[in-house]
Parts: sequence; structure tokens; C-alpha cells
Amino acid sequence: MSKLIYLDNAATTQVYPEVLDAMQPFFTEYYGNPSSIYSFAGESKRAVDAARSTMAEFLNTTPEEIYFTGGGSESDNWALKATALAYKDKGKHIITSKIEHHAILHTCEYLEKEGYEVTYLDVDENGLVSLEELEAAIRPDTILISIMFANNEIGTIEPIAEIGEIAKKHGVLFHTDAVQAFGHVPIDVQEMNIDMLSASGHKINGPKGIGLMYIRKGIKIGSFIHGGAQERHRRAGTHNVPGIVGFAKAAELAKRDMDKRMKYETQLRDYYISRVEKEIPYAKLNGDRVKRLPNNTNFCFRFIEGESMLILLDQKGICASSGSACTSGSLDPSHVLLAIGLPHEIAHGSLRVTLSEKTTKEDIDYTVDELKKIIERLRSMSPLYEDFVKKQEAGQKLA
Amino acid sequence: MYSEKVMDHFNNPRNVGEIENPSGVGTVGNAKCGDIMRMYLDIDENGIIQEAKFKTFGCGAAVATSSMATELVKGKTVQQALEVTNKAVMEALDGLPPVKVHCSLLAEEAIHAALWDYAEKNHIQIEGLERPVNDIAEKEEAPEEVY
Ligand SMILES: Cc1ncc(COP(=O)(O)O)c(C=O)c1O
Repeated sequence: MSKLIYLDNAATTQVYPEVLDAMQPFFTEYYGNPSSIYSFAGESKRAVDAARSTMAEFLNTTPEEIYFTGGGSESDNWALKATALAYKDKGKHIITSKIEHHAILHTCEYLEKEGYEVTYLDVDENGLVSLEELEAAIRPDTILISIMFANNEIGTIEPIAEIGEIAKKHGVLFHTDAVQAFGHVPIDVQEMNIDMLSASGHKINGPKGIGLMYIRKGIKIGSFIHGGAQERHRRAGTHNVPGIVGFAKAAELAKRDMDKRMKYETQLRDYYISRVEKEIPYAKLNGDRVKRLPNNTNFCFRFIEGESMLILLDQKGICASSGSACTSGSLDPSHVLLAIGLPHEIAHGSLRVTLSEKTTKEDIDYTVDELKKIIERLRSMSPLYEDFVKKQEAGQKLA
Repeated sequence: MYSEKVMDHFNNPRNVGEIENPSGVGTVGNAKCGDIMRMYLDIDENGIIQEAKFKTFGCGAAVATSSMATELVKGKTVQQALEVTNKAVMEALDGLPPVKVHCSLLAEEAIHAALWDYAEKNHIQIEGLERPVNDIAEKEEAPEEVY
């Protein structure tokens, strides 16, 4: 492929060369098992310990509260299922939102089948949960609140500190799926009263298949993966040493460059948004304009369908994603777009463009220029657009 | 994921557009599910389809099946057009991924809906033709969103 403009950084990211460099020795040179006694394994053990400290510092917690997992999905599953099991004598009620990632939603559905009760909070048209509704949903038997830090489709950042405060006030545990937020925006688990947090390596220029869970000291949840004594008996399995090292390196870079990166991406994001809004009619921005991940944009373009848009963009070397039914593998468009109140036919025409710090203004200009042509072309083929135009013409004649 | 033929018909769709005063026009599908096809037919006094045009809202497969369906019915008699089934459309496109088979059904239905409209306009009966279930010609309009 000649040109490649990767604008799907919410799906996954490029592993940075520095990250790969940091990982490399732990494949062929220091391949020892960190749990082994002999000194050869010491290098691996030290690397894992150092990585844990990096993560703890990043989140403002202690290394003993960081557990490495096989990714964001595993952390989410662990948080929900293990909390449900450990606290079932207190109650069987969980509160979450309608716009969570499927790693949370499908786990909740599983727990419902196991006799738990789940409240799925509505969100407003920007994707924000209501603190009043959240507080009102808390019952004596509520054991867990799980609300995502930032949404993966529309980029909305939830009021995490406020939710943490409410959870603390009512003595309910608070988990947040921070897979999209970790490394992209500041997170302080003390200040925000977060009890458990999921994060993932591959969303921050680290490797795939590695994640972490922060579990506040004193929380009694058990193991999710049973076996060996790794991770203080809480997560069995030989450590993925290169993965852990790479994840920590990526977090270190993310921390170092966060301010600069947030500023750059926010500017570029708003530039894309303003160009689209100025130049493409019948486009609607999804998600909150301000409380939004720096690298996320999500638009619905009326009268057209997302997959067609993606194929045509792909032919121009542009990688993006959509919440249309055809791309979700079901007949329904994205649950997030429906939850913010979009009608089905409009939700089908969504386009998510997620930037990185390496995206340039030229990339954005090229993308918007191509997008304009693609949308015009698809609209010229659309019976919905035809009807719309005819109705407008008829209206004008009447007036 | 798509065959070369599907990609070709998606990238260079044949017969996109409208026909003014068509002999028959049919719209099928469901915006909720993300597919709507509209087919226009121009049928001469001998019952031969002279022209077929389409407009489609939908995914790559929906566009490609509409395009192929118009190609397949052109020059055919009304009776022959009825034999253009979803299977025929799929075969002509060298197949579709399993999740996209419903698009080819929609193409077949779009042909039927247009023929149904033609039959109604001319007060004739076409043997073997039933009104397609997904015909949305007379459905109430979707609520208008303004932004
Ligand atoms: C919000 C959110 N949660 C969880 C996940 C799953 O993470 P992983 O791919 O590491 O399992 C993702 C990634 O798609 C995500 O965006």
C-alpha cells in the first residue's frame, strides 16, 4: 500500500520503537522466569518490579496495588466477576452505564444470568451519566459501581472524581474501565477515589495482550485466573515479561509527553471537527465537545451508511472505523450511539476518526478532502437523500 | 472480505440514478437495519425492461447487489426478471460473505417491488409475483431530525 493514514488509534496503536527496544532483551537474552530462584532470572524479576513501580507512580498508588493481566478485557472481567463473588453476602446489585465497552456489558449480562441485578444508567445526548441518577440508583445491596473513564466510541470523559466521591460516601466499591483514558489523560486513583481500574497496553503505543488492574488495598476480591502464585496469589500465569516491560515503557513515554501530546491532539481534533462542520452538510458531532478525549472524533453523516464510507476511505489509504450495523457484525448499530438518542438510520452513518501525536495537519486535510468527495458520492446514490432533497424542493415551492 | 466482482460493482456501480416517470419503482428495506434499495424500471409496451436504475443506502454488499440486479434485469421480459433471484445475483457477484446474504435478498425484493408497482399502475397481474414483505413504498415517513 502506498499511502497509509492511520486514524483508528482508539482501536489500537503502533508499538513505539523505544517500546520495542525495551522489550527485545527479554525475549532472547533475559528469558528467565521471574519466579525462579537462580540469579539469571533476577533480571526478569527486577524488570517486572520496576514496571510495577512505574505503573503505581503513574496512577498515584503503591506497587502492591498493581496487578498485571492479559489485557483490558481480562481486567474488566476480573473486576466484575470477582467483586460479585466476593461481596455476594452484602448484596447482588451492580450499577453500570449503557455505554460501557462490551467487556463490561457482556460480563454484566453473564452476571444477570447468575442471579445478580444490574442497573444500566442512561446517558445524556453527549454520553454523560447523571450523578443524581447514579446516586439514586444506589441501594443497600449495591456492591459495585462500574463506570468507564472515557468512552471508546464517542470519547466522552465521565465525571470520575464525582462518581468516586458518591461511591465512597455510600460505601460502594468503584471500578472504572480506563482503557481509553490511561496514558491519554491524567488519572489519580487517590484523588478520584477509584477502588479498581482497568488499563491496557495496546492503546498507548505498547504491546497487545498485556493490561493491568489496580486494586485498592483492603478489597477482598479473589483470583480470576487460578494457578501459580504470581501477582501475590491473585493472578496466576508466568509473567509476560516482555509485555510488562513494553507496557511500562509505553506508560513512561505517555507520562513524559502527556501535556504536549494532549495539547497537540486537542488542537488537531478541533481542527478536524471545525473543518467537517464547516464543509460537510448534515453532519453531527457525537460526544461532548469539551469533556472529550484529546484524540477522539465521531461524526454521523446523514443519509449514508458507515461501511461504504470505510471501504472508500480505505481505498484512499485512510483507516477509520464506524458504529454501523455492518461493522458491528449485527443488525443494530452501536449501542453507544443508540444510548445517546440517535435514531437507527443516523447511527448507521457514523465515522470515528481517532488521532495520534504523529497525525499531521496534512493528514487531516487530506482526510477531510477525501471524505467530502466520498460523502457526496454516497449521498448521490442514497434514496434517503433523494427523498430529503425532493421534500425540501416541495417545501420551497409551497413557501 | 468481498470478491473482486463485488468490489468492482461497489466502486463502479452500474445504473445509479433515477428514471423520470418510470414504469415501475419500488423501495425496499429498513433504515433501522441500515439497508434501503430503490429500483426504477422502464418497461416498454412489449413488456421488456429497457432501462433499470437504482439508489441504495447501505453497505458495500448492498450497493453491489443493487448494481448487479439492475444489470441482470435489463433487456429481460417481466417474467424473466422474476427469475432473477437473490441466488442469481449472488452467483453473478462470485458470492457474498454469509453475513451479507440478506443484501441479495433485498435486491430480489427491490425488483419485485418495482414490478409490483408496474403491475398496479397498469392494472395487470404478473403471474408468480407477490408484494415483497419489505416494501416500504407506503410506509409513514421517518421522523425528521434537524441539525
Ligand atoms: C473501553 C475499553 N474497554 C476494554 C477494552 C478491551 O481491551 P483489550 O483489547 O486490552 O482486551 C477496550 C478495547 O477495545 C476498550 O476500548
